[in-house]
Amino acid sequence: MQSKSNYDETGGTKTMTIMIDTGNHIAAKAAVMAKPDVVAAYPITPQTTLVEGIADYVATGEFKGEYICVESEHSAMSACIGSSAAGSRTFTGTSSHGLLLMHEMLHWAALARLPIVMCNINRVIGPGWNIWADENDAISQRDTGWIQFFCSSNQEIFDTVIQSFKLAEHTKVSLPVMVNYNAFILSHTSMPAQIPEQKMVDDYLGKYKPSWKLDVNNPITFGNIIGSEGYYKVRKAMDTAHHNAKALIPQIAKEWKQQSGFYHGDLLEKYKCDGADYILLAMGALGAESKVTIDTMQKKGFNIGLARVRTFRPFPQNEIQQLANQANLIVLDRNISLGSGGALFTEVKAALYGKSDADVYGVIVGLGGKDVTFQDIELICKKAIEGKLRQPLWYGVEE
Amino acid sequence: MKKFDVITSISYPKKGAMGKTGSWRVFRPIFDKAKCVKCLRCWIFCPESSIKRGKDDSISIDYTYCKGCGICAEECKVKAITMKREEQKQ
Amino acid sequence: MALKDMTSEECILPGSAACPGCPATMALRTVFKALGKKTIMSVPACCTSVIESLYPNTSFDVPVMNIAFEAAAAGASGIRAALDKQGKEDINVIAWAGDGGTYDIGIQALSGALERGTNFIYFCYNNQIYSNTGIQRSGATPYAAWTTTTVKGKTEFRKDMGDIIRAHHIPYCAQACVSYPEDLYNKVKKAKGIKGPKYIEILAPCPPGWRFSMNRTVEMGRLAIETGAWALYECENDVMTFNGKSKLILEQKIERKPLEEWIKYQGRFSHLFKPKKDEQRIKTIEEHTDQMWERYRQCYHK
Repeated sequence: MQSKSNYDETGGTKTMTIMIDTGNHIAAKAAVMAKPDVVAAYPITPQTTLVEGIADYVATGEFKGEYICVESEHSAMSACIGSSAAGSRTFTGTSSHGLLLMHEMLHWAALARLPIVMCNINRVIGPGWNIWADENDAISQRDTGWIQFFCSSNQEIFDTVIQSFKLAEHTKVSLPVMVNYNAFILSHTSMPAQIPEQKMVDDYLGKYKPSWKLDVNNPITFGNIIGSEGYYKVRKAMDTAHHNAKALIPQIAKEWKQQSGFYHGDLLEKYKCDGADYILLAMGALGAESKVTIDTMQKKGFNIGLARVRTFRPFPQNEIQQLANQANLIVLDRNISLGSGGALFTEVKAALYGKSDADVYGVIVGLGGKDVTFQDIELICKKAIEGKLRQPLWYGVEE
Repeated sequence: MKKFDVITSISYPKKGAMGKTGSWRVFRPIFDKAKCVKCLRCWIFCPESSIKRGKDDSISIDYTYCKGCGICAEECKVKAITMKREEQKQ
Repeated sequence: MALKDMTSEECILPGSAACPGCPATMALRTVFKALGKKTIMSVPACCTSVIESLYPNTSFDVPVMNIAFEAAAAGASGIRAALDKQGKEDINVIAWAGDGGTYDIGIQALSGALERGTNFIYFCYNNQIYSNTGIQRSGATPYAAWTTTTVKGKTEFRKDMGDIIRAHHIPYCAQACVSYPEDLYNKVKKAKGIKGPKYIEILAPCPPGWRFSMNRTVEMGRLAIETGAWALYECENDVMTFNGKSKLILEQKIERKPLEEWIKYQGRFSHLFKPKKDEQRIKTIEEHTDQMWERYRQCYHK
């Protein structure tokens, strides 16, 4: 189904095609449209339909790159590193145990400053085996140096995959990017997404220019023994790149909005925060569900808004501080750092230290894929607002 | 040689990357050119690329980098190379 | 190929971090004379990743991607795919790994790359130990050898990696030895001209690892062949051909020398001779070697 839409601010017309499909299939479409030279991946539930989607594009000829069916996730990321180091745009996808298995190589890719883009479908870590939504997989990789986005809709998945290539490949960044979205809630749920024409993606991304590469005309050795001083500088440069990314993410999101008309926030997505006394923070699909809660609660007269955290790494400290200048914060985490607290909660508190006396509440929700509805979120918010929210709270286990 | 701006662990080719490894020697190879039959065995076996090969397949030893392993002397079939203890440095 | 017909171009620069007498750099020099500079290497953690020397310098005059220990073959698959998509099919892609990164921790990635038909040459330079980390036992360590983790001598037999590789039915695989450079050169040249996955394993006697004097590296490799501890062969499309002395041993035209002639010079086997000669274990080594050659005879196609 085609629909002509008027998105260009200069008055031009862009043709968008509506695709009603699962998050995985829409991610596959985005990946293929970014025209990577190489995709190297290993299947794991619930990422499987992503790699199968790409395989379908191989069969139709729409994907003209090399598709490597590796024999493990560790090899998937290793092959991606080889490909990216040889100067090719590279993509992959995984989930949960697959992400964990490639942990060593996630560090490697980031330290190598290789702009690999990867979709990670947030799934529970075992044992026992559980294939449903939980964010501990991505959170456990937070210090690998990868930029991390969390998506809340299939449209956002499409747009974020495209933006991720642009961000990753920027000369001031040159870091790998992980696009997270929840198992089944997004990966296997059909939603409509508007897909631009190939030319828009080509023009937006441009040709990939590697910041370094293996080249027989300019031999280098990558990754040999390095002393403390050299390594320290490598780490500092990575940190600088993360700070550069913080500045570039809003710019890249804005550029894409100008092109396609779609915008899902940048570091945060603020929803009805004007004049709010309480602001709810959540990531991923919980963020989408929370919008329903906000609408419901505002109708009931509550002064509450939502700031969906879209970028977890680099962490948007300044933006969080601005929220706390305005309101008290209620933070939902679909993950746990054992013995400490939810990751978003602990990062928010760290960002606010010495900068704010706002109240900050943290609640653990939905681990193991336990369903979290907008009514659950409303209950939590009401308790916080009424000063009845027990801390710490594991919602759904303890009450 | 093009150097990249990005700060990551990229190294560039250099002769003597570990310095003048000739300083590692305890024994040094002594070459008797008169005996040499230009078989190139010493040249192919040298682990240090320290036997230089001339256009006519004659050889010479690069003492800047030669680590004194003695393989050249061992494998020379005409005993054109012998190992002699380096003089003690004061 | 005669030595004088090999190029003088050096891809391994002098002044590296290699031990004096190192078989790895020795092998690399010969290999690169056959491959040439249009080669990209995938090198896992191993002695070679240290031999390259310290950032910001390298002793290698070809592009090298160092990668994690288990990932050499997977990294090579990625490099190959990228180059092919860029239209650079003429650039050689090789993995260069030790026996640890091949027989043990790296075997999965190797098997996967072979099964996928990656167009590359996988080189294993085999010093029969985890040398880089200080001489611990590997799946390639022979029976009764001392290592830091098999102090009284290894109680298991080494894997026959050649058998495992041949079970993948790739276009070409070979066993070589640093002591026979013309043979190694020919094998590399042949592999270079074949499209698909190729595997070449090079026996690399290690002076500190095997405990012999650093000038005897080539001699130890020669004795390994003459005693039959190692075999020189090629296998092209499942047809095996043995080379040099190994061919004569296979066809029983010469007797292989007793294993003692090889192990007695190596400190890693000294406990088999002192304080008392361990006849039983030496006999076991001989029997096992006989069995290996019998197996080869069964696979041999004339």
